[in-house]
Amino acid sequence: MSDPMQEIMASFFVECEELHEALIDALQSMADGEHDDETINVAFRAVHSIKGGAGAFGLDDLVSFAHQFETVMDACRSSELAISDELVQLFLRCGDMLFDLIRCSRDGEPCDTEASNGLITELSAFAADETDDGETEEIDFQPMTLSLDDLDGGASPASEPPGDLPDLPPLGELPPLDLPSSASAAGLEVRFKPEPELYVSGNEPLFLLRSMADLGHCDIRLEFDAPASIEELDQTSGRLTWHISVDTESGASSVEEIFEFATGLCQLDITAKEEAEGEAANDLAPETTSKTEAVPSKPEAVEPAAPPTAAPASPAAPKPAAPTPVAAAKSNAPAAKSSSKASPTVRVDLERIERLVNLVGELVINQAMLSQSIAEENIPPNSPVAAGLDEFMQLTRNIQESVMMIRAQPVKSLFQRMSRIVREASAAVDKSVKLVTEGENTEIDKTAIECLADPLTHMIRNAVDHGLETTETRLANGKSKQGEIRLAAAHKSGRVVIEISDDGGGINREKVHSIALKKGLIPEDAVLSDGEIDQLLFLPGFSTADQVSSLSGRGVGMDVVKTQITSLGGRIAIESTPGVGSKFSISLPLTLAVLDGMVVSVAGETLVVPLNAIVETLSLTESDLRPVGPNQVVLCVREKFVPVLDLGKELGYRDALSIEKGAIALLISPEEGALVAMLVDTIEDQRQVVIKGLQESYGRVRGVAAATILGDGKIALILDASDITQSASGVKFDSQKEAS
Amino acid sequence: MNISVLAVDDSRTMRDMITLALTSEGFDVSLAEDGEHGLEVLDGMAPDVIITDINMPRLDGFGFIDAVRARDDAKSIPILVLTTESSDDLKSRARAAGATGWIVKPFAQDKLVRALRMVTG
Repeated sequence: MSDPMQEIMASFFVECEELHEALIDALQSMADGEHDDETINVAFRAVHSIKGGAGAFGLDDLVSFAHQFETVMDACRSSELAISDELVQLFLRCGDMLFDLIRCSRDGEPCDTEASNGLITELSAFAADETDDGETEEIDFQPMTLSLDDLDGGASPASEPPGDLPDLPPLGELPPLDLPSSASAAGLEVRFKPEPELYVSGNEPLFLLRSMADLGHCDIRLEFDAPASIEELDQTSGRLTWHISVDTESGASSVEEIFEFATGLCQLDITAKEEAEGEAANDLAPETTSKTEAVPSKPEAVEPAAPPTAAPASPAAPKPAAPTPVAAAKSNAPAAKSSSKASPTVRVDLERIERLVNLVGELVINQAMLSQSIAEENIPPNSPVAAGLDEFMQLTRNIQESVMMIRAQPVKSLFQRMSRIVREASAAVDKSVKLVTEGENTEIDKTAIECLADPLTHMIRNAVDHGLETTETRLANGKSKQGEIRLAAAHKSGRVVIEISDDGGGINREKVHSIALKKGLIPEDAVLSDGEIDQLLFLPGFSTADQVSSLSGRGVGMDVVKTQITSLGGRIAIESTPGVGSKFSISLPLTLAVLDGMVVSVAGETLVVPLNAIVETLSLTESDLRPVGPNQVVLCVREKFVPVLDLGKELGYRDALSIEKGAIALLISPEEGALVAMLVDTIEDQRQVVIKGLQESYGRVRGVAAATILGDGKIALILDASDITQSASGVKFDSQKEAS
Repeated sequence: MNISVLAVDDSRTMRDMITLALTSEGFDVSLAEDGEHGLEVLDGMAPDVIITDINMPRLDGFGFIDAVRARDDAKSIPILVLTTESSDDLKSRARAAGATGWIVKPFAQDKLVRALRMVTG
């Protein structure tokens, strides 16, 4: 990271992603019918800035694509091109391509030039249709030529000069110019007559003359076109002409280069010395076509600032219209230094944050150990040590939360990627689909965002392909032609819930059931509830599509989605109503490194149950339990029957359900509206635990999410409560509904 | 005394590059993110020269130059326009707004430095 250019380039790609986000946002608004100037301006600026930066790094593919994209968008901006739905869709596809090009450039991978050229052609077609004034430049944008070529200004006449003439500098500041000496053979004669506009453009004859001196020795003569009387002297008219005789090997072009910014603001004649001596025409400098580009003078716009007598102050010396603010400026300059920090963000390597997160994890463990040892020492709670420890715990928690916030990112970028998936998927199966997003600013852990991309992509494709009906079916069922997929994120009781819903036909449970039978995934005589049938979708190798479509049937099933979600400590639930639609809810822990847990003991083992899984804890009395069948009981909670499972039995610590007096039930809600009571022996503690993944070493273990190190240094398993309840024998989620 | 530059550009990358290109050459660089911001910065300082982008949110480059030229404390500060377009139309619009000169993006460091030295003497 030592090369500053590399750093800037890295930050450029970060900026590109932000710009791309803004672009897609704006285009999406345009697709929704907002065609106002600012929306298109935002989109244009985003592409323009990407192009600008890409040019600086010589990313040619990106530049030429962005250029064509921007050109057509510019035509829309200036209302040369009407914004049609078709065009916005093309823009969206171009936005997607731009994203790919940015990625490719960043990763140094080859781009799909065929696809991008295809889009360029489409864009040009649009541009050509509407603007035939020859202004649609083909891709002639020249990125990064380190030559002087692009300084040659094709200037054109300036019009109204704003403001008035700057004040004159004191005579003492006038430049020491080279004194005349014998002219050498090679050289140029330059006649420079500034128009009044030059003086207000911020250009400074003095500096131009000084730059001339860089070319070689100069003889400079000032000609003052004196008015007949002082009354006639109009400060706004250009009365000064400089004749510069320069000894130089350079050609006329180097003089033009110096006077580039003055083109259009002055008369400039450049002739070779020998010919100039005979008042000859300036054939040797044919490029100086701009020499007499006199500017239409608009004196009424110019208010004389200096007294008229000041103008002809010294005919012998150049009269610079020097910038005066320099001195005044310096005193205030330091105040502006703070504005150097234009963006209040810092880029940090993810690696460094990971290290910080790990250290904080260790800190939490350490603090727990310290707390435990202090508790064991029987130190009174009002002692300074205990008070200090309390504060330490509070600080640890604050630090941990702050660190986690560093890693948190809004899901917006993820959702935007999904809008692309919807576009592509709906085009592939020829359905009209609208994606509605909610809660884009909900923040979740960066790692989770990355890990969610694949499962979400798959689910969105599924929703488009299988979830939504064909247009004909929709119309036949009295639905709108356009299907809707809703992607929503929200924080719910310490977790992030992401919902993917569609207004399609809902899960065809009959079909799912028969497929599961056909594939031998369930026994012939199985009687399954609706909820259980829905769960079949998550079985490995399940695919309901009649034929494997190019879109969602790539052999990756919902089982993979479920595995990916579970590996993030998340869970997934389905709700589906025939004819109305389906909803998949993914619920994720807020952080992936630390969680609030309840430490419980079961059959002598210490376990941690994530606090956010626990709805309620109950101390059991005999009257709470009602037997159902020989080996089962249900728990009666406020006149509702809740299935009971014994954690010890489920985890194989003991054989039979043992409900002792004083046992404790943790009410777990594995999914919306469902409750399960999980029996444990005692609750030990409630504390933050650091998640230490087990999957790398042990693979996935049913019911176990991870492990942690407790205050006494022991390792305890962190349970995946909903996994346990879902796979528990003899527990049916909907038994609760039946009971109530 | 170092030459002080106010660079106005909405792109962080561009601001970074300008800063890198100029600070190493001994310029004092102040930054602003758009025209409005640029005017705010001008309230607190008067740079020797201003570099501005054209396409910016809130207040674009043309509007910014207009506003600078209308201010008594800043009207004669040289202003260079940074533009990706080398089109004459854009240059004449910049000129009409009161720009001193222009630099075509992507710029080469030496060229930018030379142009800045040129307009500031």
